[in-house]
Amino acid sequence: MSTQAPEAPAPEEPRRGSLTSAKGRMADPIFKWAVTACGTIVLVILALMVIRTTSEAWPVFAKEGFFGFLTGQEWRSGDSRTEITGTYGAWPFIYGTLVTSAIAIVMALPLAIMVAFYITHLAPRRLAKPLSYTVELLAAVPSVIFGLWGLHWFLPNVLRPFFEVLENLLGWFFLFEGPIRGVGYMAAGIVLAIMILPIMTAIIREVIAVHPIEQRMAAYALGSTRWEVMRNIVLPAGFSGIVAAAMLGLGRALGETIAVLMLIGGSQSWSTSLFGTGSSMASHIAATFGEATPEARTGLMAIGVALFLVTMIINILARVIVRRLGRMTGDAAV
Amino acid sequence: MRNGRSKLAVLAAIPLLAAACSNGDGDSSEAGTNGGELSASLTGAGASFPDPLFQDWIYSYGEDVQPGVEINYQSVGSGAGIEQFLEQTVDFGSSEEYLGEEELAVAAENRGCEAIQFPVVFGSVVIALNNPDLDGLVLDAETIAGIYSTEITTFDDPAIAELNPDMDLPGDEIVPVHRSDSSGTTAVFTHYLSTEVESWADEYGEGKELDWAGGLVGGQQNDGVAQGINQNPGGLGYLNQSFAQEAGLAVASVVNADGNPIEPTLEATIAASDEADVPENFQFAIDGIGGEGYPIAGTNWIFTYTCGYENATADALIDFWTWALTDESAQEVAGDLGYAPLGPELTERVIAELERTNSENGGTQGGDADTETSDE
Amino acid sequence: MSTMTSTPVRQHVPLSQRPPGSSFRRFKDLLATVVLTMAMILAMIPLVLIIFEVTRRGIGVVDLDFFTQTEPPPRREGGGYAAGFFGTLYIMALAISMSIPFGIATAVYIVEYGPNRMTSTIRFFTDVMTGIPSIFVGLFVYGLLVIGWGGLGFGTFVGAVAIAVMMLPIVTRSAEEMLRLVPDEMRNAGYGLGARKWQVIVHTVLPAAAPGLTTGSMLAIARGIGETAPLMMTAFGSGLIVTGFQGDPQGSVPLQLFKGAAQPFEAGIDRAWGAALCLFALVLIFTVVARWVGSKASTAD
Repeated sequence: MSTQAPEAPAPEEPRRGSLTSAKGRMADPIFKWAVTACGTIVLVILALMVIRTTSEAWPVFAKEGFFGFLTGQEWRSGDSRTEITGTYGAWPFIYGTLVTSAIAIVMALPLAIMVAFYITHLAPRRLAKPLSYTVELLAAVPSVIFGLWGLHWFLPNVLRPFFEVLENLLGWFFLFEGPIRGVGYMAAGIVLAIMILPIMTAIIREVIAVHPIEQRMAAYALGSTRWEVMRNIVLPAGFSGIVAAAMLGLGRALGETIAVLMLIGGSQSWSTSLFGTGSSMASHIAATFGEATPEARTGLMAIGVALFLVTMIINILARVIVRRLGRMTGDAAV
Repeated sequence: MRNGRSKLAVLAAIPLLAAACSNGDGDSSEAGTNGGELSASLTGAGASFPDPLFQDWIYSYGEDVQPGVEINYQSVGSGAGIEQFLEQTVDFGSSEEYLGEEELAVAAENRGCEAIQFPVVFGSVVIALNNPDLDGLVLDAETIAGIYSTEITTFDDPAIAELNPDMDLPGDEIVPVHRSDSSGTTAVFTHYLSTEVESWADEYGEGKELDWAGGLVGGQQNDGVAQGINQNPGGLGYLNQSFAQEAGLAVASVVNADGNPIEPTLEATIAASDEADVPENFQFAIDGIGGEGYPIAGTNWIFTYTCGYENATADALIDFWTWALTDESAQEVAGDLGYAPLGPELTERVIAELERTNSENGGTQGGDADTETSDE
Repeated sequence: MSTMTSTPVRQHVPLSQRPPGSSFRRFKDLLATVVLTMAMILAMIPLVLIIFEVTRRGIGVVDLDFFTQTEPPPRREGGGYAAGFFGTLYIMALAISMSIPFGIATAVYIVEYGPNRMTSTIRFFTDVMTGIPSIFVGLFVYGLLVIGWGGLGFGTFVGAVAIAVMMLPIVTRSAEEMLRLVPDEMRNAGYGLGARKWQVIVHTVLPAAAPGLTTGSMLAIARGIGETAPLMMTAFGSGLIVTGFQGDPQGSVPLQLFKGAAQPFEAGIDRAWGAALCLFALVLIFTVVARWVGSKASTAD
């Protein structure tokens, strides 16, 4: 037996009671059955989600075809109560979702890695803990607040001047072509980056914090600098965790609704310039849900299903990559 | 059910109270004296376009007129308003579009009796501008359509210059801003363009959401549009009159059917509503406005059923809307917020229609008198 | 743990006391330090800005009335978000009572009765579920309960279901981590005393993991409190205090804030910033308390 067990008294009474009573014997299977039932709830909910939303959206898929729906360029919802009369092509929204999420990840991931390394390896010890708390706290700030602040303060005061500089320097390149309208993919993407930065930092920090100290000490003993330890020892070991964080951040970005809605400058077309305006899947659902006719609502359900699929694929991909790399990283703050 | 009960309780209590008061000191009989104390809780849902006005009406009504009546109006959009009404999850619905025959049929089938609808208020959609120097800029349907289809891209375009011979027009690029969410404001605006400009109708059509030309800016709700206008030099967008008024934005005058450039004012909206030819069934649109009327105007309808309400609910419903349509202070609030009240003749017709609410209830739920006596 | 073990590293760090390496390597190290510090500062800037802006605009509005009165029409001064706070409280209470017991029970199943094919499936899908967009959860609950098979209409309960679905995987995942941290020795000690499995779980494992479970649950609550999108389609929003369990649209702070901010009226917008500040404070309180409970537990160990 383990020596760490704190105490080992063996009183007689509880033993007698639990072993002999019929109630005690029955309690175990009942308990097991109860927690199993709770466990399967997740599966039931997911199954219901898929069945319910797909069946709601079915008429649209039936009319447009699944791939026709995903690649169609035009979205014009009809107002019939009984049949599908409009044209439903979700490509502009899918494009908007992918572009804003890509901007967010490209900006946030390197920053998240650097911040995580700073907190774990460089920060004065007194600062490290408050910093990591602050970062985790910000992961829970409601997105309405980001949207409000982004539209009314950040966009006119910071982003717009920044966009103008960018357009002056790189306007010849199609991604940074003008005109600048303020709102657009770029504005939404940058605010998304700010939003997903804390959650990604929290996960990466946790992963690199559990890196075994012995390896690092060995490296220092061989005369490595701090940078070399981080770059050659900790970073490779934390790679799967970083992938997981990126995927989770991406999942967040794909599904983010309110802040994107306020900043993407919603339109139903799409443009190749990052300064262009468009819509994401989630923002289009939220923007038109209120005024939607029953038919249009069917179309929105279909976008929902597509969004669900995209996030599922990314999530599953993330888990598979992490598992393939031989390390599950669990994190409480997710 | 609950509300009906509590109203009945109040009704039962009133005579007792009155009796008690007549015997003792009569000061506490405030409720008994005005004779019309109502108690009910109403829910309504629908258009966001008249929401500021409805919220103000509901507030004043609850404060000053019938403290016992609670009204919850959710501005969820016209589409949801119609749906909620047809699903019977709300007591009244509201929309910027009247119910068509199809919806009326669904309503009648769901409820087992006819639904009624009536207009309660008119509102204008104004063209707001970023540049305060351009306040009063004259535009007509063709130029607005040109701007929104990106054929007219600068303020000194010949088409605009022709309408504004006296104005010194800057060569700034125009940045058209539209609503990105689906909204009744967009419906009113695009309906106007579609009726006036044929090429617009062919290319873009009308609706609560549109496949706009590329390069336009979309804003979430009025606020998003106002930000889009404010943050872009050369910004131009369409907004609820009340919003533009409150935000203090420069606005354009729009040429109406008689060729008069009209500034969007309350009077111009009232004049527009006078121009409207309202049929018996209240299914109408305000098109081809001339005279002194501002041409981009919309109407807000309220829907109720002719049966199936608790008596207290129906009484409160009728009382509230009658108050909103006739009370002087209520009409004043409407004016303050940039909404135009109905004309006197139309108000009379609307109230006659409104009073049909719950009128066919006798057969299904028992008349007023029956319920009261049976409950004692 | 980590604080103890990081001490020896510190002693190795000062490069100046080491035998000379190449100056290029030292330069690279310095450069990395500078870049990482800059990254930290860069990341903190927007976060500090957002806290500052919300506080600046919100602080003047929040007083006692803000929590006790309902909101007047947007153009009128005064009043508050009592309806929103009540709604949020009501919805969260229901959502917590649904998600936390189920979440912890699921974690118990995964940790104590696994691993087998069933638990790894559940674990996998719980992971996947954390990534489901909140708007999709809203659509799902709308399709299932509001109009669909349930046909319940809008209300507190359906709103709470949507929030609970959002919180459930977060609770489960964190509870799972916490249960795994309970050393097997404690379980074995329990068995050694003749306790049954359920007794070990209920009397030994869960109490031992309680602080950690609290932390995870608090973080899930902090997440759920700020959700807007799913409530738009389920609770629907209300400006009045709604005590009904189901059938009457219910309000919440984020919903009311989202609506108030879209109005042109100064008074309404000010109140929206006030609500933003309150939401922020609420999330802050929950997170800090959660961390505090967590850290107390870890030092006790």
